[in-house]
Amino acid sequence: MPRITVNVDGTTYTDEVQPRTLLVQYLREQLGKVGTVVGCDTSNCGACTVHMDGHSVKSCSVLAVQADGHEITTIEGLARDGQLHPMQQSFHDNHALQCGFCTPGMIMQALDLLAENPEPDEQQVREGLEGNLCRCTGYQNIVRAVRDASERMRPGAGPPMEHSEPTSPPRTATEQDRAQVTGGQHS
Amino acid sequence: MTAIPTTPGTEPELGRARKRKEDARLITGSTRWTDNMALPGMLHLAVLRSPIAHARIASIDADEARRMSGVQAVLTGRDLADEQGSLPCAWPITEDMKSPQAPPMAVDEVHFAGEVVAVVAARSAAEARDALDAIDVDYEDLPVVLDMESALADDSPLVHSDLGTNRNATWTFDSAEAGTGGDVEQALADAEVRVERTFRQQRLIPAFMEPRSVVVDPTGEQFTMWSATQVPHILRTMLAMTLGVPEQKIRVIAPDVGGGFGGKLQVTPEEVITFLLARRLGRPVKWTESRSETMVSAHHGRDQVQKLALSARRDGTVTGLKVELLADMGAYLRLVSPGVPILGALMFNSIYKFPAYHFTCTNVFTNKTPTDAYRGAGRPEATFAIERMMDELAAELDMDPLELRRKNWIGRDEFPFTTIAGLTYDSGDYEAATDRALELFGYRQLREEQARRREQGDTVQLGIGVSTFTEMCGLAPSRVLGSLSYGAGGWEHAQIRVLPTGKVEVVTGVSPHGQGHVTAWSQIVAERLGVPFDDVEVLHGDTQSSPRGLDTYGSRSLAVGGVAAVHAADKVIEKAKTIAAHLLECSEDDLEFSGGRFGVRGTDQGTGLADVALAAFAAHDLPEGIEPNLDAEASFDPENFSFPHGTHLCATEVDTETGAVRIRSYVCVDDVGTVVNPLIVEGQVHGGLAQGIAQALYEEAVHDEDGTLTTATFADYLVPSAADLPEFTTDRTETRATSNPLGVKGVGEAGTIASTPAVVNAVVDALRPLGVDDVEMPCSPQRVWRAITGTRTSSDTAAEAGGGLGSMDTGGGFAAGSQGGSR
Amino acid sequence: MIPASFDYIAPTTVEEAMAALDEAGEDAKILAGGQSLLPVLRMRLADPRLVVDLGRVPELRGVRQEGDSLVIGSMTSHHEVLGDPLIREHAKLLALATRTVADPQVRHRGTFGGSLAHADPAGDLPAPALALEADMVIAGSSGRRVVPASEFFVDYFTTALQPNELLVEVRMPHWTGWGAHYEKFNRVAQAWSVVGVAAAVRTEGGAIAEARVGLTNMGPTPVRATGVEQALLGRPATSETIREAARHAAEGTSPTSDASADVDYREHLAEVLTGRALTTAAGA
Repeated sequence: MPRITVNVDGTTYTDEVQPRTLLVQYLREQLGKVGTVVGCDTSNCGACTVHMDGHSVKSCSVLAVQADGHEITTIEGLARDGQLHPMQQSFHDNHALQCGFCTPGMIMQALDLLAENPEPDEQQVREGLEGNLCRCTGYQNIVRAVRDASERMRPGAGPPMEHSEPTSPPRTATEQDRAQVTGGQHS
Repeated sequence: MTAIPTTPGTEPELGRARKRKEDARLITGSTRWTDNMALPGMLHLAVLRSPIAHARIASIDADEARRMSGVQAVLTGRDLADEQGSLPCAWPITEDMKSPQAPPMAVDEVHFAGEVVAVVAARSAAEARDALDAIDVDYEDLPVVLDMESALADDSPLVHSDLGTNRNATWTFDSAEAGTGGDVEQALADAEVRVERTFRQQRLIPAFMEPRSVVVDPTGEQFTMWSATQVPHILRTMLAMTLGVPEQKIRVIAPDVGGGFGGKLQVTPEEVITFLLARRLGRPVKWTESRSETMVSAHHGRDQVQKLALSARRDGTVTGLKVELLADMGAYLRLVSPGVPILGALMFNSIYKFPAYHFTCTNVFTNKTPTDAYRGAGRPEATFAIERMMDELAAELDMDPLELRRKNWIGRDEFPFTTIAGLTYDSGDYEAATDRALELFGYRQLREEQARRREQGDTVQLGIGVSTFTEMCGLAPSRVLGSLSYGAGGWEHAQIRVLPTGKVEVVTGVSPHGQGHVTAWSQIVAERLGVPFDDVEVLHGDTQSSPRGLDTYGSRSLAVGGVAAVHAADKVIEKAKTIAAHLLECSEDDLEFSGGRFGVRGTDQGTGLADVALAAFAAHDLPEGIEPNLDAEASFDPENFSFPHGTHLCATEVDTETGAVRIRSYVCVDDVGTVVNPLIVEGQVHGGLAQGIAQALYEEAVHDEDGTLTTATFADYLVPSAADLPEFTTDRTETRATSNPLGVKGVGEAGTIASTPAVVNAVVDALRPLGVDDVEMPCSPQRVWRAITGTRTSSDTAAEAGGGLGSMDTGGGFAAGSQGGSR
Repeated sequence: MIPASFDYIAPTTVEEAMAALDEAGEDAKILAGGQSLLPVLRMRLADPRLVVDLGRVPELRGVRQEGDSLVIGSMTSHHEVLGDPLIREHAKLLALATRTVADPQVRHRGTFGGSLAHADPAGDLPAPALALEADMVIAGSSGRRVVPASEFFVDYFTTALQPNELLVEVRMPHWTGWGAHYEKFNRVAQAWSVVGVAAAVRTEGGAIAEARVGLTNMGPTPVRATGVEQALLGRPATSETIREAARHAAEGTSPTSDASADVDYREHLAEVLTGRALTTAAGA
């Protein structure tokens, strides 16, 4: 079996995996990272969205072996020192979840969206979340939450957490910038 | 009802937009979905399903599968035939209803594509799945029955040959016979205007986001089942009845459950099979389905053909309504399948004062996935039909559709009002909701723009759709459910325990799966007992900790279960008062309870609930006959349903060149009675709207001529994303329900029920000048275009769906070496 | 759902990849971005013995200029295509079409070459590749060969690629200064195209000097709407001209009826969408 080394939410893991093991199965079954979930077989629902080197991916459509040498951030790696990430806080404050099954993927994609476009309008948020299905909320409060988070995460506007990183360079979709937006500790 | 005590100077809990307690775990991924469970020695189950809709199972060869790595057992229906029983149907709607045997695993014959034919239990999920490929089933095809109308023909092949018919049951209500009104045939004969239409309620898939999952642990004194279910209590009782296992030996837990929408209101074949496997193998067993399995095997919803005739006078006054339904049960009767259309039977007359009404529904078996409850269950179908009919009548009379409705609806001064269907609507104010909706919508301006676009012959036409709806919900009352032959009651239960430290545990019999009951119940009980919101813990979804309840569906949780919590709280106060009077050495009559404190009238003496709880716990000095705790429980069974209502207005832009429909604006004003938490109510409405709009525009479960579901993935079954839905404008009016002390009505289904006709009415309204008077759902671009052009479909593929993975295997592509990569 | 077992190899050079393919023959599947392959494997619609992952072959990635050609490595992701300044400048149509592919997550992993080699008739990139007269550079055991897009797409999910061949890069002329638009028509945001129209137009002094139009999902392969292109030549860039030209859109196409659309509706859509794509592309 291939041996892989993956950094997940700040911890390095070296494991043997079957080639057919999906990244999401590896996360859930071998690492116990059950916060990331599977909702479909066809990569439509986006519930399994995580970040790979700062970009959102559907972890049901990536093999664990493909993640070898890469850095993965899941929903479980966002909060720091018991402090919610502003995106998590916004989802809570705006009642952007009901059953919560889509929420981890939705939050991870929302972070990617803001990394690409820090101040999206409503339509841009909707389009940026087109790969994530939610059956409970009708999306309205999710859109609100993402726009609210974009306010909170704007340089100078956010809670102290955003400023624990070096001052943000002008927003481009660079890897480093992404890592800051996602709160990934290992940019 | 007595005035609700509040703590002076604090915002009342009832009506407060509390953020949800539930969120903390869900937004951090610290969740407890059933599939997250891993127990020592746990085996994984994989399920082999029939790819054929109707066949005799000639043989099953599983020898190779049994020899594969990690495989513990391979079992077929024959292996379990003596112990698996027949899946329960709790709603025999008529005495002569035909019920087929419904084995969890097929024994001799399969009756729909997706039915379980064999299962593998193995060390890992991958090994279990691998072994499925090695099982060889020999099927002998039998004729397939798909279409309801031809299924009822005398010469039709039969889904279940032993029943001798494909007719499950026929259920009728007639106002003349019931004595609630006149004779419909007479009304139709005397009509100045008659509108007749046939509508199709397409088959839908509930599409909860969390695929179903079951874990059964047989290693304790009780069998413990974790299941992604809406109904742990019903499931426990039904497992006991189905399998003959003593009920006290079963514990069912619904941990975090990722949505249901009626789709998890079921006792599933897989739950029973997992139970049997765990019992047989003596080890924990888990089954988690793939989405592809959900699509074919979890029950579907809707699927009716609705034939309506409405009579009216030229001035718009309606005089009669006749409804004839065919409802597709699919291949078997599941938990409440036959009753779903009956939940709509008393709702077609809606908010209108029809003097004559006739309803008849014939349930039909076909070789398709069984149908059962899906959000709204029976009431969306009824609301769609009557709201479409009212728009058609308005068009026929050249009246404004809202003016027509005003003319016929129950006036605000007429409540309580007993309808032609025999229900008593306790309260409502259709005028207020409608006026508010019109204001928010800008009705007049939109009508003006519509006229302008029509005049100019714009490519994009504007349509305005109206839906003024009501529903009966808060299922309960037991007495009425009994009269409809439902197999259980509708009461709900709650227990409240004030702990020695003054903190509070609330045990409820409802079983949330996303609704936010923990937050809402905390608010209700905090308000009632005068304790802090954060001091209240709500326990639910485990038959061990919450032993009595009837679970969550039918917008019943708050209106029945929430009210039970109120009654339990009142009992706690009563008991505490006795102890407090004893401690304070005064008469109970001298005590008043406010803000969590018993005060002696006219003095500054008093004691808090926490002190009373501690005194009860210590039990050093209790009044005679008082037990040493501050606990109480209550059951509640309301006298009547509750009747939320509302006015929904939708403006659509229809591209007449492509047939594409875009929702330009959507306004709804709902009246759900008293609101406990406006945040939660708004969220329920949003989600309901999305599902109702999805029925109008996007979703449909399609079977091909062999009975294979062709929309069997999310690539083909079109659940809308954020990019496909509009921003909604929502508001509320508030008339209290009189059937419960909170005045609440229920909100879970309202948005879904009301929105579908609003959207379709808007589509038809846009196109009416082009001669269009109906578009079948979902109003796909092709259907809209054909309605405009009057062209018929050029092939048999009338059914609509996405262009998804379905094309992949039929394309014959994926030749080896092709660089299968990105889509 | 869990794929069936397979062996896995992740070569780091094209040569290594070719060697692996040569050895495995028809039992191998190439994994590019995996955004179509992984769902197919999960649903066990394919059962390869070997999966050859191109994700660690750096030479297959990136966009560059070579003389008069724009060269796009086959493993360049959709996301990279979208952000690439060369593509924006010289092949805008490609960027516009890429933006409509699936959803952001899929665009992060999915690749340009993977999409072309997958040859899904409803995929959004073959038609622009055809319209922009792309050449496919294919590596095989006997060296490299170049196949024009017009010959590359053979049938449903079938290309000129042999089992032991590899799409290395895609070359196309510069389309600098051409107006462009991709008009995608689908049922929900992340769905495949019912019909799509890729249009590129060069105008000179208010007239259409040249036009290229490619159609998505109007047959087993992408279709070049040459009738439309010819009808536009030298004509003023007006809505009237475009409307007339668009009438030729369905000529020579062979769409099928499926769950989303029947033949006559697809033909109708081709005309309407061609008109819209050209109108935007020409700024008419």
